[in-house]
Amino acid sequence: MKLIDEKRVSAGMKRRIVRNAIFKNLFLFATLLCLLFLIVLFYRILSQGLPHLDWHFLNALPSRKPENAGIYTALNGTLWMMAVVVPVTMILGIGTAIYLEEYAKDNKFTTFIRVNISNLAGVPSVVYGLLGLTIFVRALGLGTSVLAAGLTMSLLILPVVIVAAQEAIRAVPNSLREASYGMGATKWQTILHVVLPAAIPGILTGTILALSRAIGETAPLVVLGIPLYLAFLPSSFLDEFTALPMQIYNWTSRPQAEFQDLAAAGIIVLLAILILMNSVAILIRNKFQKRY
Amino acid sequence: MTFTVEKKREEAVKETQGKREKNVVYKTKELNLWYGETHALKNINLDIYENEITAIIGPSGCGKSTYIKTLNRMVELVPGVKTSGEILYRGRNIFDKDFEVEELRTRVGMVFQNPNPFPKSIYDNVAYGPRIHGIKDKKILDQIVEKSLRGAAIWDEVKDRLHENAYGLSGGQQQRLCIARCLAIEPDVILMDEPTSALDPISTLKVEELVQELKKDYSIIIVTHNMQQAARISDKTAFFLNGEVIEYDDTDKIFSTPSDKRTEDYITGRFG
Repeated sequence: MKLIDEKRVSAGMKRRIVRNAIFKNLFLFATLLCLLFLIVLFYRILSQGLPHLDWHFLNALPSRKPENAGIYTALNGTLWMMAVVVPVTMILGIGTAIYLEEYAKDNKFTTFIRVNISNLAGVPSVVYGLLGLTIFVRALGLGTSVLAAGLTMSLLILPVVIVAAQEAIRAVPNSLREASYGMGATKWQTILHVVLPAAIPGILTGTILALSRAIGETAPLVVLGIPLYLAFLPSSFLDEFTALPMQIYNWTSRPQAEFQDLAAAGIIVLLAILILMNSVAILIRNKFQKRY
Repeated sequence: MTFTVEKKREEAVKETQGKREKNVVYKTKELNLWYGETHALKNINLDIYENEITAIIGPSGCGKSTYIKTLNRMVELVPGVKTSGEILYRGRNIFDKDFEVEELRTRVGMVFQNPNPFPKSIYDNVAYGPRIHGIKDKKILDQIVEKSLRGAAIWDEVKDRLHENAYGLSGGQQQRLCIARCLAIEPDVILMDEPTSALDPISTLKVEELVQELKKDYSIIIVTHNMQQAARISDKTAFFLNGEVIEYDDTDKIFSTPSDKRTEDYITGRFG
């Protein structure tokens, strides 16, 4: 006796195949729609910005006259800020991840910390701006300096870096740690010579992606009160500065069409930096990718 | 008359005990171990002798791996482990506060169930131990690497590719590399936790031959699932069941005339 009625199966066959095709096309449509928006964005920015993008644009101070204006102070300000963000984020982020994964005991308190770090990654960047304003700009009296903005940006991306580093460290098989301990290595030797070399690709990938977010973030800088216009470069970390996103924000809020074009050129520079950093992250991942 | 005979016997016993005492590497006294609430090892008393191969057999979950991991305190990596009793290694209690665990593990090497080479070159794998113990001289490291790889009977297979990644080796070669890595710290004792369970029969045979060779210079404790293996290579065998040592004796005796019914049942395959 057959439990499956062949007639009903073949009657339903067509419907199943049609449904299969519908879903395939639905997903294709979703992908194409995203691509379309991306292409429009790129087209607009490139067509507007490319004519203005030249050596002069990179080396000129901001100006009231669009033909003279450039991103010299903004680009340099961003680099200054990143000079604070990179070391602070890497030391604090990787350090915290190592502590949580390798040293901390598994109890309610550490679980609480772990969960909350993940939650912090979802807090809006404006909130970090307010935090930075309260602590660094006002309480510590750093003003709208490179240091204050850099520390604020570090706080913003730290949760992401910590979570990425934790995941990379957790992915290192325990058997490697055991092999190292089994030969009389201390915990620190094991971390330094076994865990970190195996985890570094994942850690760096996550860190670079987070850093590129710090370069593009605008909201915290606006809240901190970073100047929109500045005609000189910072000479120390305690000096005022302006950053690329601020310059772009400034230009886009001007009524003149020429400034809109300059903003587009600024966005191209910003995108180029981001693409460069993300490519480095991908290269690192591919080069060091190891299978255990 | 009877008195003198007894005295002589006592002396003889003392003498043999004295001799044996000298050769004891590990003396386990009243060892108990808990994983949280689970009582995993119960009142273990076991003496392990120098330059012998001691096999530990028993069904899964009987505590044999736990016991061997207690001997170099690797078991403490598991959270919630508690122990009581003593394990004397060459007369020193390994649980003493002033006996650093790193010092113990420098004297007692370990080979694990699955080959676990580092994702480094063959050379760097073997040189890892000496390096962490502070040896930087390239010449000495070269010598240690060659000696260890020869000792693990893998030198001829890898001498031309010392700087290639260890992951390119076969499973059996990887396991012998791990043994070489263990020899490189010049240990006194080698603990082996089912070292051949992940290997094919030919690699298993090679490792077994190697273990017999190593016994001249090292004391070896090997946990195995494979009773034929225990019978083939070991001098003494301990049979564990439910966290207790049921029987511990010369391997020949265990496999020919075991004194406990449960040992007999296990080795004849009636359970386990």
